[in-house]
Amino acid sequence: MSTAIGFSRRQFLKASTLAGGGLMLGFGLGPTRNADAADAVFQPNAWITVQPDGLVTLVCARNEMGQDVYTSLTMLLAEELGVDPARVKVEQAPVNPVYINRLMGAQITGGTTSVRDAWEPLRKAGATTRMMLVSAAAAQWNVPEAECQVDNGQVIHGEKTIAFGALAGAASKQPVPQNVALKPPAEFRVIGKPLPRLDGADKARGRTVFGLDTKQPGMVYAALLPCPVIGGKVASFSAGKVETRPGVRRVVDIGEGVAVIADHYWVAHSALADLEVQWDEGPGAHLDTAAIYATLERAKAEPGAVAKQAGNATAALAQGKPIEARYTSQMLAHAALEPQNCLALVSHQGVDVWASNQFPQGAQGAAAQAAGVEPAQVRIHSQFIGGGFGRRLDVDYVAQAVAIAKAVPGMPVKLIWTRENDTTHDFYRPPCLYLMRALVDRGRVAALSYKMISPSITNRMFPGVVKDGLDPFMTEGLVDFTYDIPHLELRTVIQEVGMRVGYWRSVSNALNAFAIESFFDELAHASHQDPVAFRLGMLDKQPRQRVVLERAAKDAGYSAKAPKGHAFGVASMQCYDSHLALVAQVSGNAKQLKLEKLTYAVDCGIAVHPDQVIAQLEGGAVNGMINALRSKVTIKQGRVEQANFNSFTIPRMSDVPPIEVALIASGETPGGIGEAGVPLVAPAIANAVFALTGERIRALPLEDSGIRFV
Amino acid sequence: MTTLELNGQTVTVDVSPDTPLLWVLRDHLGMTGTKFGCGATLCRACTVHVDGAATFSCVLPLSAVAGRKVTTIEGLSGRVATAVQAAWDKIQVPQCGYCQSGQVMEAVALLSANAKPSDADITAAMNTHLCRCGTYQRIRVAIHEAAKQLEASS
Repeated sequence: MSTAIGFSRRQFLKASTLAGGGLMLGFGLGPTRNADAADAVFQPNAWITVQPDGLVTLVCARNEMGQDVYTSLTMLLAEELGVDPARVKVEQAPVNPVYINRLMGAQITGGTTSVRDAWEPLRKAGATTRMMLVSAAAAQWNVPEAECQVDNGQVIHGEKTIAFGALAGAASKQPVPQNVALKPPAEFRVIGKPLPRLDGADKARGRTVFGLDTKQPGMVYAALLPCPVIGGKVASFSAGKVETRPGVRRVVDIGEGVAVIADHYWVAHSALADLEVQWDEGPGAHLDTAAIYATLERAKAEPGAVAKQAGNATAALAQGKPIEARYTSQMLAHAALEPQNCLALVSHQGVDVWASNQFPQGAQGAAAQAAGVEPAQVRIHSQFIGGGFGRRLDVDYVAQAVAIAKAVPGMPVKLIWTRENDTTHDFYRPPCLYLMRALVDRGRVAALSYKMISPSITNRMFPGVVKDGLDPFMTEGLVDFTYDIPHLELRTVIQEVGMRVGYWRSVSNALNAFAIESFFDELAHASHQDPVAFRLGMLDKQPRQRVVLERAAKDAGYSAKAPKGHAFGVASMQCYDSHLALVAQVSGNAKQLKLEKLTYAVDCGIAVHPDQVIAQLEGGAVNGMINALRSKVTIKQGRVEQANFNSFTIPRMSDVPPIEVALIASGETPGGIGEAGVPLVAPAIANAVFALTGERIRALPLEDSGIRFV
Repeated sequence: MTTLELNGQTVTVDVSPDTPLLWVLRDHLGMTGTKFGCGATLCRACTVHVDGAATFSCVLPLSAVAGRKVTTIEGLSGRVATAVQAAWDKIQVPQCGYCQSGQVMEAVALLSANAKPSDADITAAMNTHLCRCGTYQRIRVAIHEAAKQLEASS
């Protein structure tokens, strides 16, 4: 989806030279200062600096959480600039409008948009910089620019070469070219080629600094006792003997909980047990899971809004006896392995925040509000993220850390949540109810009506983006619906349920795909057709989708008759401008099943960093198994019933089957991949379960229906 | 005062002896390569070696390692460690990377005890470790790769 705002990249493409000081904030700086100085730094735009010693730095506008932005975005830049990507230094961007993600309308890492958003501007930034360096060299040599070439960080003319660093000062005085030509794919030397992740070696050696690992001089620690009911508040509390414990500095009431500040984390954490807090649990105190689903159920008759339509589904369905189905899916926690944490310093110089986060701009706003200062007084120092999955788009932990740090001005405070805090105070994947009716005629779906009922995440976070009753993060997986059906009506109904919900990797693509791709399997079987052939029959106008579906079936060894005791299930969809199909193979019996294999075929257009595209699909498959197999969040008396990894389980090595990925080299513009591996897992497995056992499971997680994966 | 041998050096710390080793390493000694994930031995991101054996540090009191040899990811060295980390590089295992310190520590301990682990051996050893990014398949391949390299160089 796109909520692009109209910002002008060009206004930031002003050449500026900063003597000595490296990258500085504030773009649109005056064009030249000390441009002749020997230590001049060439900073042609907001993404690139070239140091006099030749060091090229990419200011990475997206946050690295495993999805490979550090490397893949560097590859885009290096391709056009003409440098070895392995020698580019990557820095995390500060908050600045120039770094806004045009596909999201804010400085956000999410929505599988990083490469799609950067594809053109970052290559253009590289090409622009290269041309200015070439102009400087050509002028120095008094030769035509067209006779100069660029390779591996130097400009070349015949026998002469000059390194980028030596051109830094002169290049900054060159005019900024307004029209740069980009390389055709046939000339790519970096994009699509193998390259070790730039952050990989450090991560295998414990050297990466995640949010939790940041340090500042004089740093102290905070542990938080939050109200057990989300939305509840501290009514009163007694610090008791806590403040007299050795090492404890302060006990702070931040409204939604009580924090202990201490010299060391374990002292702060241990002290929580001695706090006596009376809670005002608020309106959520009586909520339970059954009430949440009953609320969704009551909205069944609501018309909602139409996400996609063709023909007249209502009239067409009235002509026959439709097949009907009702599906549900569960709430989920994000369960990133790095618990939420934030290091904050409130001082007379404003606020500094060191945090792993997916939304630096949001973190800046939340910190400013918590500290009572202007956003411009807040500096966000984004760190490597120990797992995002959408959780760190919400920056409640930043606001909390700042509120706590405000009590001890001048002292950096690192707030660390426990795993239990993290599980019980998440923004959960929305619970959903799906209602479908369809008619099959001559082997094809003649009419389909679909209604998804769910609370809206976007209503809470970005209410202005919800228009005419449509939340673009509920209609993902509907607006890109690939099957050619003459009478189609895909609706969504926003129904709040009293529990806060958040973006969970692949958001509504996974929600809608489970219902639609499972239901299509039902329709195939009801009309005695092979599920792959059935789908192919409705993909005449979708050549890329056909290719991936045929390829996945072939690679999986799919056939209507699987080996004895085994069965296949298939699912197919377009999402994030990529095309995917997945075949799941299961074995066993009606009670105990084994997931044998997951086989993907994927067309994401040009794969910028192919090995890591495959890695994202492998990881996406495991992420999809969280959705599919057994994980769930349930509520009782307003409290989340799961707390640690023994109750909110995620797959372990023994759960994970071989995962095979075929990339289809279509050569199209890159599609997104970070979330794309997730949605098809649940329907493919559910369809395989049906093929094996004859039992159609219409609720996630699948094990709630009495089967077990071993 | 508690004295232990940490990464080959004798270290004495003045910390309450019931403090988990994890927090002594991270907060008192500034060694943040060992990660906090669950505080309940369920994810093993906090794995270190105590006298050469892979051990969780999140609930292990400091007093339990008095006088013993503790190795963290920062101090990991030797033939097996080199092979494991080279295999991690070759197979491109890490994604977010948060669990990988613990995974590498476990893999080194496994290969030190079992030079040629089977798939079942690998699952048995690594199943205590969570990877939320889902790098399990590459972890398995990388351990086989490290075993192969160790065999070839022995």
